[in-house]
Amino acid sequence: MSRLPTPITRPAPRTPARPARRRGRREAATAWAFVLPSVLVILGLSVIPVLWSLLLSFQYSDLLTPSVWVGWDNYRQLADDPQFAQAVRNTLEYTALYVPLSIGLGLVLALVLNRRIRFAGLYRTLLFVPFVVSAAAQGVLFSFILDPEFGAANSLLHRLGVSPQGFLSDPGQALLVLVGISLWSGTGFCVVIYLAALQDVPRELIEAATLDGAERRHVLRHVTLPTIAPVSVFLLLWQTISALQVFDLVYVTTKGGPLGSTTVIVYFVWEQAFRNFTAGYGAAAAYVLGVALLVAAAALRLVRRRGDRRIEGATS
Amino acid sequence: MTDLSPRRRPRLPFSPWHLLLAPLALLFAVPLIWLGLSSVMSDAEINRFPPALWPSGIHLDGYRLVLGNAMFPRWFANSLIVSAVAVVSNLLLGTLGGYAFARMRFGGSRVLLVLMLATMAIPFQLTMIPTFLVMRKLGLVDTLGALIVPSLVTPFAVFLLRQFFLSLPRELEEAAWIDGCSRLRVLFQIVVPLSRPALSTVAVLTFLTTWNDLSWPLIALNHDANYTLQLGLTTFRGQHHTQWSAVMAGNVITVLPVLLAFLAAQKTFVRSITSTGLKG
Repeated sequence: MSRLPTPITRPAPRTPARPARRRGRREAATAWAFVLPSVLVILGLSVIPVLWSLLLSFQYSDLLTPSVWVGWDNYRQLADDPQFAQAVRNTLEYTALYVPLSIGLGLVLALVLNRRIRFAGLYRTLLFVPFVVSAAAQGVLFSFILDPEFGAANSLLHRLGVSPQGFLSDPGQALLVLVGISLWSGTGFCVVIYLAALQDVPRELIEAATLDGAERRHVLRHVTLPTIAPVSVFLLLWQTISALQVFDLVYVTTKGGPLGSTTVIVYFVWEQAFRNFTAGYGAAAAYVLGVALLVAAAALRLVRRRGDRRIEGATS
Repeated sequence: MTDLSPRRRPRLPFSPWHLLLAPLALLFAVPLIWLGLSSVMSDAEINRFPPALWPSGIHLDGYRLVLGNAMFPRWFANSLIVSAVAVVSNLLLGTLGGYAFARMRFGGSRVLLVLMLATMAIPFQLTMIPTFLVMRKLGLVDTLGALIVPSLVTPFAVFLLRQFFLSLPRELEEAAWIDGCSRLRVLFQIVVPLSRPALSTVAVLTFLTTWNDLSWPLIALNHDANYTLQLGLTTFRGQHHTQWSAVMAGNVITVLPVLLAFLAAQKTFVRSITSTGLKG
């Protein structure tokens, strides 16, 4: 990314100056023809909507009749909206549980699978496969398994002598169950990323440390973990961003219920814009989330840069 | 990690780590196994409490019901169309754009590249309401066009292919270029054949994300004839609330294409997940 394309060496032009410039211009025209479709689609469907969304957030809009400028009203109303407060709480709770659990479990499993162990490939495949299953399919499948009356989960608990659970229909459990389903589908991703990172840990470093008498946990603490730290930061960022944006699974399983216990921010935005037809209000909520995501990403970038410097210092 | 320390305990016939891994792997596999099993159970077996854990035989009633449904085959076709167009168009437009950014000189290319990269950081829900409005202005709401247009090309495809093209040796292209080949011919006869790994990565990930998407179809479509498989599946439960075997059969058909794609291209898939700039 940091390197500009260097000019291609071409044979000396037979007649200098003008044809060369014409060729340069033709080259630029060709280049523009190559990138134009991508530019139109990508920038047209991101820059325009981002600005439009900002405008919308200062308007009263039902998506049908002309909208009315209301200034900061939407934001002020959001600050007092108990439903939005609950959506924020639910989103933060979900993120605070899902992110460390998926990364921690992913790291442990990757460390184990990275040893010379039989069936490592099979284990990796089994752990990763749920990642390719769509949230819609996951939702339908787990609604079936966790059905309080007919589901396989309760019948299993029944056989173990545990009283039947409400799962997704219990306001006290629903969010935790959603975290569990997300762990089922998202942990394999962390495992795969960590496994790739572990390939890059220099063997000489581990061997040298071992010869120097370091125990295995010391090698882990002082060699392996610092080397893969940038990947941990990447996963932290990636998993946090996807957790803050969770929607599909909630829509398919609980639709925000019971009693709002699983209403997350994106679900709130969608409900406001496309169910209650208060699009301006929804846009304002989306902007609150967008700014939060940006701050989170910026903060993590900062930490990551400092971390990178520390690792360079440690290994060089 | 190499194991250089001497073993203190007598060797088990297998590594003790299997005691952790095997139950966990089983736990991850069981829901999908149960999906497959329940799709071939008879309704009596499914609705019994406690439900049967193993089908008494292979009952295809669920599949028959789903495939005979007026809408289901249509949803499948819709999903297939949208995903196929997205894959082909991401490959084509991503190649053109990525090549221009990697090898050609034109005014404003750096600014443009940075701008395109920056769009990857924009969260979907920030753009979803206005994108819906843009689609309405274009008259595409409630048509497959509303799904196709935003997925024609992603910054990810352009950027990934650009990075790959930059890594190719320049000399190959230069020879053809000096011989008077046009840029387009150089691109499609020399660069593209060398770029199989990057192109298959883009294809696999584009297919995965478009096939699995739910939120955008939910916003962009109204009439159930235009639904995709994922969206149809979510309404299916209400229609067939007693026919769990049909719902599960539909779910199997929804999951199967990505599952097969994953198993067939497992190496590419895992490499694409880990190497597409996701790492460090």
